[in-house]
Amino acid sequence: MTEVNYPVDIDVKEPAERAGLPSAIDPSLLAAKPPAETLARDRVFSIENLTAFYGNAPAIRDVSFEIYQRMVTAIIGPSGCGKSTFIRCLNRMNDVIPNFKTEGRILYHDIDLQARNIDPVGVRRRIGMVFQRPNPFPKSIYENIAYGPRILGLKDDLDSRVEKALRRAALWDEVKDRLKRSAWSLSGGQQQRLCIARCLAIEPDVILMDEPASALDPIATTRIEDLMHELKRDYTIVVVTHNMQQAARVADMTAFFSISRGAEGERSGVLVEYDDTKTIFTQPKDSRTEDYVTGRFG
Amino acid sequence: MSVAQERATGPAALQRRGRFRPGDAVLYVVTCASALTGVVLLGLIIHEVLSQAWPAIEKFGLGFLTTQAWGDNGNTLFGARSFIFGTVVTSLGALLLATPISLAIALFLSELAPRWLRSVVAPLVELLAAIPSVVLGLWGILVLGPFITGTLGPAIHGSLGWVPIFSTEPTVGSNMFAAILILTIMIIPIVSSICRELFVGVPAELKDGALALGSTRWEVIRGVVFPYARAGIAAALILGLGRALGEAIAVTQVIGNRVAINTSLFDPGDTLASRIAGQYQGADTALQVASLVYLAVILLVFSLIANLAAQLIVRRVAGRHQV
Amino acid sequence: MSTNAPTADLFRSERMRRRRIVNRLVEGAATVAALLAVAVLVIVVSSVVRSGWGAINVDFFTKTPAIYTGFGPRPASGISSAIIGTLIIIGIALVMALPVGVMTAIYLNELAPRRLAGVLTLAFDVLNGIPAIVLGIFVFVFVVVGHGQAAWKASFALAILMVPMIARSTQEVLALVPASMREASLALGAAKWRTTLSVVLPQAVGGIVTGATLATARAAGETAPLLFTSALYSDSVSYDPRQPIASIPMFIFTSAEQADPVLHEQAWGAAAVLIGIILIASLIARWFADRSVRRLKGER
Repeated sequence: MTEVNYPVDIDVKEPAERAGLPSAIDPSLLAAKPPAETLARDRVFSIENLTAFYGNAPAIRDVSFEIYQRMVTAIIGPSGCGKSTFIRCLNRMNDVIPNFKTEGRILYHDIDLQARNIDPVGVRRRIGMVFQRPNPFPKSIYENIAYGPRILGLKDDLDSRVEKALRRAALWDEVKDRLKRSAWSLSGGQQQRLCIARCLAIEPDVILMDEPASALDPIATTRIEDLMHELKRDYTIVVVTHNMQQAARVADMTAFFSISRGAEGERSGVLVEYDDTKTIFTQPKDSRTEDYVTGRFG
Repeated sequence: MSVAQERATGPAALQRRGRFRPGDAVLYVVTCASALTGVVLLGLIIHEVLSQAWPAIEKFGLGFLTTQAWGDNGNTLFGARSFIFGTVVTSLGALLLATPISLAIALFLSELAPRWLRSVVAPLVELLAAIPSVVLGLWGILVLGPFITGTLGPAIHGSLGWVPIFSTEPTVGSNMFAAILILTIMIIPIVSSICRELFVGVPAELKDGALALGSTRWEVIRGVVFPYARAGIAAALILGLGRALGEAIAVTQVIGNRVAINTSLFDPGDTLASRIAGQYQGADTALQVASLVYLAVILLVFSLIANLAAQLIVRRVAGRHQV
Repeated sequence: MSTNAPTADLFRSERMRRRRIVNRLVEGAATVAALLAVAVLVIVVSSVVRSGWGAINVDFFTKTPAIYTGFGPRPASGISSAIIGTLIIIGIALVMALPVGVMTAIYLNELAPRRLAGVLTLAFDVLNGIPAIVLGIFVFVFVVVGHGQAAWKASFALAILMVPMIARSTQEVLALVPASMREASLALGAAKWRTTLSVVLPQAVGGIVTGATLATARAAGETAPLLFTSALYSDSVSYDPRQPIASIPMFIFTSAEQADPVLHEQAWGAAAVLIGIILIASLIARWFADRSVRRLKGER
């Protein structure tokens, strides 16, 4: 069973680097983005009034928005606003947590993911996930990648599948001579790319990333972000990040979550604003968004 | 802590005091002596047992291990062969039965059961370990034995009689099969509780990683939990084996105490520990006593090997998984 | 790029059936196994209670065993001497084992250099794994041969069994005592020995009681060491530790191999008493363990 630490206190201490800057985001980052109207928008997810509970306490309340195909959608917000809870709803990973329940709907290609006839195992094959800390299995590099195809029964041509996945994750050249070595012998950044390759090997449709670079050094982070740019040509990517510059760098659309107090004073996460990234960072419509992205928060 | 405070309380401070503290010395000596009793006792046991067995070791040598006799030739010939056979068969048989059951119970209690059910079932399994072996032996004689001769034995013999190990019909309730069943019951709590702790200790992120790739629960267990825990499982099995090797009381009550090597499990036999226990009413001659202790030497060797192997694995695993 | 329609796998499809069936089978097997274990426990305990119930009466606890020759009326008999004998033997064993176990734990946890502590701990772990029958033989050849059996010799064998358990349990709870407490005492000028005995040890009392109770529960049920040191089966009654005295495990063991059904019933009754003692001891131990761990963790 996973122990999820759900922090309820608002931690509004944002990274020191942002303190004191009039605008936290370098405008040149955003100039490269095409304006929203020209981006083709095929809907992948349609989230409708999603509320998620641990026991009786709502972690996120009444979240509604849409996620589009072959884009990077970033989920940003302060600690404790339910970003991880939200993203884990998208691939039914919260099922393993006891006393977890949801209200509202999550439609994936117009299918209700939480309907009774939907198998979570099948959901997770199509909607993959990369975690905050790299978590390779205690097996060789090859076996890590081969794990997914094996359980799906795709045993033919494993070698080329493994190579393809590793190439896609920009890791092939670094490990091609040591595929039989333990995955734990890789560096942190390499392990995370391995986890991405592992996910790619089963040919998902969507890749969810829960703060994928927060445990990595800046160089490894850059490589992960470059990878996101590459991958979005073929996959839909949803990434949770607490790093606003990262969101500005990689995301096409950005959703800003924040904490709000409910009727009895309980805190839960809500979606404050959702728009293309440039708008969120330069002309946010909600004052809370503006406070957050300009560093005025806390 | 400031530097000054650290200097005042750190180990260096004690040495710098300079004054001889008799209290400290007394405590050190007394506790050190206590701690050394472990080593001393171990050495003493090995030495005493070896030296008391010496007359038999001298007389029979290693041929003792291949001789099948006890008190033959006017109480002059003794041999351990049938008991070694019995020990190996019953212990391995019990381990064979107990392994899948224990692993399954450990999985049930760590992965599969809802929380409320775990807190009910887990103490009950532990309680199984608390039943004294003499009580299990009593149950074995008065309940299990008749059950084997009346129901279970004929059923197995009837359907699987062509298999050598089931080739005879159990006429008496005391046989190797009963011993194996009793030993299985004794091993299961030990192995399952160790394995349960191992499975609980598998990092959640590893299991999440497998789950996120679209694995079923069993696939997560097979692909991540078992490989991660495999060294610990091995240690648990060896510990269980050690327990089975050394069990004397319950076995001697149900095994039939015969100096014989039979293929069928439904025939009686004997193990090292059980034969030793069976001699408690008094060994008549010095040679008999020495032979008895020789049996204990062999048993000690077996169990020391098993125990040391398990301890080494445990220590190696503990070091490795500090990742 | 996914080659299949993205929603194909979502539904409970045929392709997934085999994997799901295997998963269900494993879950089912695990449940059956757990229920099997519980069932065996229930069967054994219910056998004990059902069969022993008839033997339990006032006489059972107040009379001593009487040998019945088969003629004439049966004399009233019970296991009072066995109960008292067990208490005596275990009591002496505890007196032997407790100080040694606690002192050992203090040395290994507080005073010993790391490497030495590792070696000594290994020795105790190995000692723990020696079968009880071998311990019985050891004590037999060490002090019984040529001198005769005696209850204290049985206690000696049981003490060897108990020391590693007490030592380990004490060690665990000593490790829970926060370092800051020791440092505070030393900083006040107290010597190490005083710190250990007056500050650290009192904190560990709960754990020590737990270990001692668990060790006692285990030792109470051990028969093998008694075979060669205190095997008494007759109607004579003795409570002299320098002689062999009766004990509950020995009573069960010897009664079981007799053909007398009344003795069998008494054996079941004795088994019930023994299990009762062990159960109560385990519960006490568990209660103490929870309490001491909670207190120590709460004080951090």
